[in-house]
Amino acid sequence: MAKFQINRRKFLTAASLGASGIMLSGCDAFDSQLSIGSGLRSFLENANGLTYRAQRLLAGRDALAPEFTEADIRQPQRPNGVTSPDDDTYKGLLANNFADWRLEVSGLVEKPLSLTREQLQNMPSRTQITRHDCVEGWSCIAKWTGTPLSLVLDQAVVKPQARYVMFHCLDTIEQSLSGDIKYYGTIDLIDARHPQTILAYGLNGKPLPVENGAPLRVRVERQLGYKMPKYLYKIELVDGFANVGGGRGGYWEDNGYDWYGGI
Amino acid sequence: MESVARSQSTAGGDATMQKDATLIYRQSRWTRLTHWLWAISLFFMLLSGLQIFNARPQLYIGKQSGFEYNNTILAIGAENTDVGPRGYTEILGHRFDTTGVLGWSGPAGNETSRAFPSWATIPSYYDLGTARVIHFFFAWILTTTLIVWLIASLINGHIRRDLAPRLNDLKRLPQDIANHARLKFHHTREYNTLQKMAYGGVLFVLLPLMIITGLAMSPSMNSVLPWLNEILGGRQTARTIHFTVMGLLVGFFLIHMLMILAAGPINELRSIITGWYRTDPPSHNDKPVERSV
Repeated sequence: MAKFQINRRKFLTAASLGASGIMLSGCDAFDSQLSIGSGLRSFLENANGLTYRAQRLLAGRDALAPEFTEADIRQPQRPNGVTSPDDDTYKGLLANNFADWRLEVSGLVEKPLSLTREQLQNMPSRTQITRHDCVEGWSCIAKWTGTPLSLVLDQAVVKPQARYVMFHCLDTIEQSLSGDIKYYGTIDLIDARHPQTILAYGLNGKPLPVENGAPLRVRVERQLGYKMPKYLYKIELVDGFANVGGGRGGYWEDNGYDWYGGI
Repeated sequence: MESVARSQSTAGGDATMQKDATLIYRQSRWTRLTHWLWAISLFFMLLSGLQIFNARPQLYIGKQSGFEYNNTILAIGAENTDVGPRGYTEILGHRFDTTGVLGWSGPAGNETSRAFPSWATIPSYYDLGTARVIHFFFAWILTTTLIVWLIASLINGHIRRDLAPRLNDLKRLPQDIANHARLKFHHTREYNTLQKMAYGGVLFVLLPLMIITGLAMSPSMNSVLPWLNEILGGRQTARTIHFTVMGLLVGFFLIHMLMILAAGPINELRSIITGWYRTDPPSHNDKPVERSV
């Protein structure tokens, strides 16, 4: 083996050269291949569909997200994204303490609804202490109170061809050349009818604050925070994403996030 | 897998050391294929994982992230100082200036605030969504590869023959450590004790732990396996373990590279590409090289 034996100095030189070469290769070679719609990216995105099917298979319809105790509520719920909508419509509704606010339920339903806060709050409610997981990586435990979405869907009578629930929001998330983009997102009917999926109007025993989505936000406890829109005003039953924003099922999805946020 | 040995005499008479060296078929196709699938997967998972970490460059202990209380054990960030912006890394309350690499980095004059630098992330610019797409794609590849390797290696005897610890491994451990420290290696069919520990540790401890802590961070998996985070100490602890194991895997990789360079990169690379490995010539007691399995 004499041929391959090297002394310590040569060894260290070669080793450090090798190491720096490896680090430099972590470069932008792939950046251009990764934009939304490119072939490579679309291929890689298939993994999300696989994850979705695998997790649905494992979790089924009704497996519950872990719930916690009062002792685990150690801080206010951390707000994220838009925390103070600058929209005139929203500010007008807020000035009136949401007395004129309505939740519309429309789209593929037999009986479109227009519900006031009182009507929603007079329906049976569910309170749950759950952990909010942000796609960024942080978690925060809080107590949420709201109307199960399934009750609202039952009242509106969902048509059989409906596949997704689309949430329309009052807050502008982005100002683009073609106008303001208000937050929007979709979940499937399995998550929409999940026992812990609620339209929350209460947080930690108090009315939902503006920064956390007043007057109404959705809680989808088996997915990440970006799947739980705030400042809701309309729920629309749809059969696909073709007419939803850029066609990928939500605001963040149109900006590159996976539609399924269970991981 | 059969261990095939064949004698190989070298052309010139000058390489006396190699005269009686023997090429043996050391790595099965399953070992070689899975090795390279892991290498590719881990490369992309590391760089996309660092990008994901950059979205929240703090690590916590417990069920949640302390915003109104302190359970942060690691934080990477940037701060304004008298001499301009500086990058810092804070570990268990001890703060280090890591400008240029961690917290504040980039081309001179165009530095930005980012935890891990551009050259260490995919994509090189900030893009959490794309990093997640890449990370989860290769997570499937990595996990599938591990399962395939496990099944193949149980059937072909790789685990029992090459990785299972034996009493003799313990006896030769001090000598092994001494040999590695002097970068002196014996090239044999068998792995030495430190190799067994390193490969076994990665395949049976680190990679499974990586997969388990990854799953523990998934809110949907938490509804399937609610006890998982309780064992691990909470979702944020799981995330911290995930990051720590990443560090250990990078450490393994660096040592792996150093050992290959020191042990003879051509011979080592040949064995993991073609399967054929040149062993040392038989020693004085003239034990036969050929061995049946």
